Amino acid sequence: MQLVLLVLLLFLMEVPSSSLARQTSEGFPVPPPPFKQGMFPCSNCHASMELNIKKRELRDEHTTIRLNHAETMRWCLDCHAPRNRDRLRLYNGQLVEFNRSYLLCGECHGNILGDWKAGIHGKRQGYFMGGKRTYLLCVHCHDSHSPRSKPIKPEPPPYRPGDKENAR
Amino acid sequence: MRDKLYTRREWIRNLCLTALSGSAISLISSCGKEEVEDFLQKHFLEMTREEKEALITRLEARYLKKYGRKFKVSAQEAIPDTLWGYGLDLSRCIGCRRCVYACVEENNSSRLKPQSQWIRVIRLKKGSLVDLENSEHYYNPDLVPEKDFLYMPVQCQHCENPPCVKVCPVHATWKEPDGLVVVDYNWCIGCRYCIAACPYRGRIFNWAEPNVPSDQWNTSVHYLGNRPRMRNVVDKCTYCIQRVRVGRYPACVEACPTGSRKFGNLLDPQSEIRYVIENKRTFRLKEDLRTEPKFYYFFEA
Repeated sequence: MQLVLLVLLLFLMEVPSSSLARQTSEGFPVPPPPFKQGMFPCSNCHASMELNIKKRELRDEHTTIRLNHAETMRWCLDCHAPRNRDRLRLYNGQLVEFNRSYLLCGECHGNILGDWKAGIHGKRQGYFMGGKRTYLLCVHCHDSHSPRSKPIKPEPPPYRPGDKENAR
Repeated sequence: MRDKLYTRREWIRNLCLTALSGSAISLISSCGKEEVEDFLQKHFLEMTREEKEALITRLEARYLKKYGRKFKVSAQEAIPDTLWGYGLDLSRCIGCRRCVYACVEENNSSRLKPQSQWIRVIRLKKGSLVDLENSEHYYNPDLVPEKDFLYMPVQCQHCENPPCVKVCPVHATWKEPDGLVVVDYNWCIGCRYCIAACPYRGRIFNWAEPNVPSDQWNTSVHYLGNRPRMRNVVDKCTYCIQRVRVGRYPACVEACPTGSRKFGNLLDPQSEIRYVIENKRTFRLKEDLRTEPKFYYFFEA
């Protein structure tokens, strides 16, 4: 039974569809966090591993993670709960699920969390009145380990009047 | 003598009138059924509910025949107690033009030959926000945002005091009760006075029928919004009237990758747009013209 639930959970986590948005306990309809395939739940691997709280370079696993987010004063276990890896840890020791990660982000970026709650920072999709809606989490747009947005390629400019490609 | 002259004049006048009416009748009868129907159609605001329903079935049948797709034409009226307002965060817009192409797809605009876009993203040098004359909307760098520029998408601002409505000689464009400035494409005569009057370049002229691949039609359309336009009429952004009147965000809001675009009901104190107006530094474009746009640009304080 537990295995079935686990598989179902895994399946749910890997479909980033807005139709799967579920209410968090604060009442925000957020889609599942963008986990890489096979990453979650973390306890799959970590439950059997010994806890090592020392800050070090990871050589075997998580090698693609480049911490670029106040990295000199931070380490994995400042945000990931050491004894329950399927949760995040707030300053006061409270553990929160990954789909409530905005609480963690808001501990430093409080004004932005305020804007996010009002729907000003970040993006909302679907229906603002009646109907289904989705609020994207911080981590859907920002990589939590390296949050600064990267430049992207723009769509092509409009044709100028007289451009041959657009002439009828 | 005098009587004779008078009768001759009368005779000529009658002859002319007969010829005119005869040619008019033959003109109408030489037209197709569709053209006659369009010619005799009433102004949208003067139609009764039954007439609107008949019009919708007529249009749906016509679109099915013409484009081979089953369209759903809506003529939904404004929701009571709504006044739609738009917010755009200039400190987050990166000028990627995703909104432009999302708008084109949603609103069945012509893709190419001719190209028709309702949103124009202009690029300004940092520190010269008001210098619109030296702005550019044909910029094409490899990556955005560029270091020394900021970007400002401009579309129809849905003015409370719209100059385009004032100049229309046939009242083909008007402001709806929920604040949307709309066009009845059937009533538009294509004189383009409104294009000349709009200070935001928010109106676009259709030089030809929309050139849309048949599998790319958005079949959920509104009569005053994104239904396929005919040749020689003016169209413009309607804040996605087909979406917002059922409570859904406009296509550009959903497409923006940075979440710069905000939308809401100005009469609802809990709405997102009211939060923007109350908590951010906002301005409206060319406020000095007293057009009272309902499109608020804002940036982080």
